[in-house]
Amino acid sequence: MWTFLRRRLVTSAVSLVGVIVVVFFLARLTGSPASLYLPESATQEQIDEFNRINGLDQPLLVQFWDFLVGAVRLDFGASIWQRRPALEAALDALPPTLALAGIALALSLIIALALGAIAAVYRFRLPDRVITVVTLTISSIPDFWFALVGILIFAVQMGLVPTSGYATPAAWILPTATVMLAPVGVLTQVVRGSMIDALGAGYVQNARARGFDKTRLVLRHAMRNASLPIVSVAGDRAAGMVNGSIIVGSVFAFPGIGVLIMGAVLNRDFAVIQASVFVVGVGVILVNIVVDALYAVIDPRVRVSAGKAK
Amino acid sequence: MAIDSTGARAVLLPEPTRRRTGAALTFARFRRSPGALLSVGWLALLTLVAIIVPPFIETEANRQDLGLRLLPPFQPEHGLAYILGADSLGRPELLQLIMGTRTSLLVAVLSVAIAACIGFGIGLVSGYFGGWVDEVLMRIADVMHTIPSLLLALAVLYVLEPSIFNLVIVLAITRIPVYLRTARAQALELRERVFVESSRSIGAGDWRIITTDLAPMVLPTIRTVAMLEVASILLAAAGLSFLGIGLQRPDVDWGMMVADGRAYLTSAWWVTVWPGLIIVLTALAANLFSNWLRAAEDPAQSAQFIRPPRRRKVRA
Repeated sequence: MWTFLRRRLVTSAVSLVGVIVVVFFLARLTGSPASLYLPESATQEQIDEFNRINGLDQPLLVQFWDFLVGAVRLDFGASIWQRRPALEAALDALPPTLALAGIALALSLIIALALGAIAAVYRFRLPDRVITVVTLTISSIPDFWFALVGILIFAVQMGLVPTSGYATPAAWILPTATVMLAPVGVLTQVVRGSMIDALGAGYVQNARARGFDKTRLVLRHAMRNASLPIVSVAGDRAAGMVNGSIIVGSVFAFPGIGVLIMGAVLNRDFAVIQASVFVVGVGVILVNIVVDALYAVIDPRVRVSAGKAK
Repeated sequence: MAIDSTGARAVLLPEPTRRRTGAALTFARFRRSPGALLSVGWLALLTLVAIIVPPFIETEANRQDLGLRLLPPFQPEHGLAYILGADSLGRPELLQLIMGTRTSLLVAVLSVAIAACIGFGIGLVSGYFGGWVDEVLMRIADVMHTIPSLLLALAVLYVLEPSIFNLVIVLAITRIPVYLRTARAQALELRERVFVESSRSIGAGDWRIITTDLAPMVLPTIRTVAMLEVASILLAAAGLSFLGIGLQRPDVDWGMMVADGRAYLTSAWWVTVWPGLIIVLTALAANLFSNWLRAAEDPAQSAQFIRPPRRRKVRA
């Protein structure tokens, strides 16, 4: 188990370094900050001065080296756009995204487990068909459009929730529903599929033949065996929450890491782009490690074989 | 077949019942499935319209008529083009939607095709050879998985001019890992099988094993994944255009039309609602069809296509 985790940590670290290297050069491709922050009339001396202050006068590889040395000490430099340490900006944007992603994923899992289990028990019959069509429809709705129509109906027409912000609990309803669209559909289908497999297994049939209580069988025995794929897809979805964060940031002015990244790109704020992608990368890696650990908790076989595998 | 060749026994055998297999069986099931028929019908209709109509309406669709600014829908006196209303510059919604159909479908289909081909090829090679090449490729896939796809799109489309071609490239790049992982995992498993061993023992080279042994076995899975991906690519492309980093006028797609309507959400709902509805219907059709196809081609799931006799509930 520990060999496995250690291996996982090493490969994750390699990926993380890869990500920040790619992002370093990707960010610099978007153009020079000087042309954005200085007026058209700026003289060459002023541009040089601006670049010198922000460390952009150095050759690219020197900048890259400085960046790597700084990154090791978690120093990502100062934000040109927000005039404060870049990592601080990234960490400040994290809590709303984490809270939103956590709530949305938890709710999605609850709904998906319930609907997926019902669909699996009644498979190919009416409840299954209804649930399949409904969840496929849900995953066919573009999140940004859902958000706009939600504002139109629930905020403008009915006045139930505010159109933007995040200070009151009511303001969280539409953003949460918006980022839940994608995970609910996918997770329900995954739960259904793996529950069907689990319910078809010999030990379930045997237990049923012996007159085991059906509800208990579904909820305790089959569910546990069905949960591996569910955990792995849920982990995948957690990583995808950054995209959802950009959309709710754009439509509801809901703060978060997505809005920060988007703003940083548009403002050519390389330091903030790098810092926030680093933060997101660390988050994704942590989620992956938690998923691996959950595997081991759920399935004893993983605990035994993981140490040897690969 | 061996029996047929000896004429005498063939006569003795009863006339074989025609058993449908493979594509014929799938097609027979398809004809009896209303959901699949509807989905394919909708997709076919959109494709036909997208191919045939745009050249005829191109100027009309982009003609701005400020007198008809934000014209509400269902006002027949302004003609068929304006039946779904007009946008903030007085352009007819219906014709704009048709122009958008062409772009949206083109982007979705091209991105899926490119991503599937590249991921399929690299995944096969990576899974078959294993070793450090595989290790490096999988780390690259991890890196691409960790970079938020919207960030990648933002940066790339910010550097390159927004155009249909660049949008396709960005979308394809972000989705390659999906196919790469699938193809790699299968190749990894298949290369240990006996039939690969037997090919190798009669002298087949690596290239031959990959193309004639592995590729045909992995292709159906890749095709299934690609079908599933059409809907999500459609949504992803629309999302990029909505954020204003996908395309630029005069190109138009559905996501861009939703973005256009956003400022007039409270006064002119139709500008936002129509393009979104079309996206939902199209993604749903793609989802329903791929879901159906997966079930129809999977022997383990074929039970649902045979109508079971009604059972009475027996209570103990």
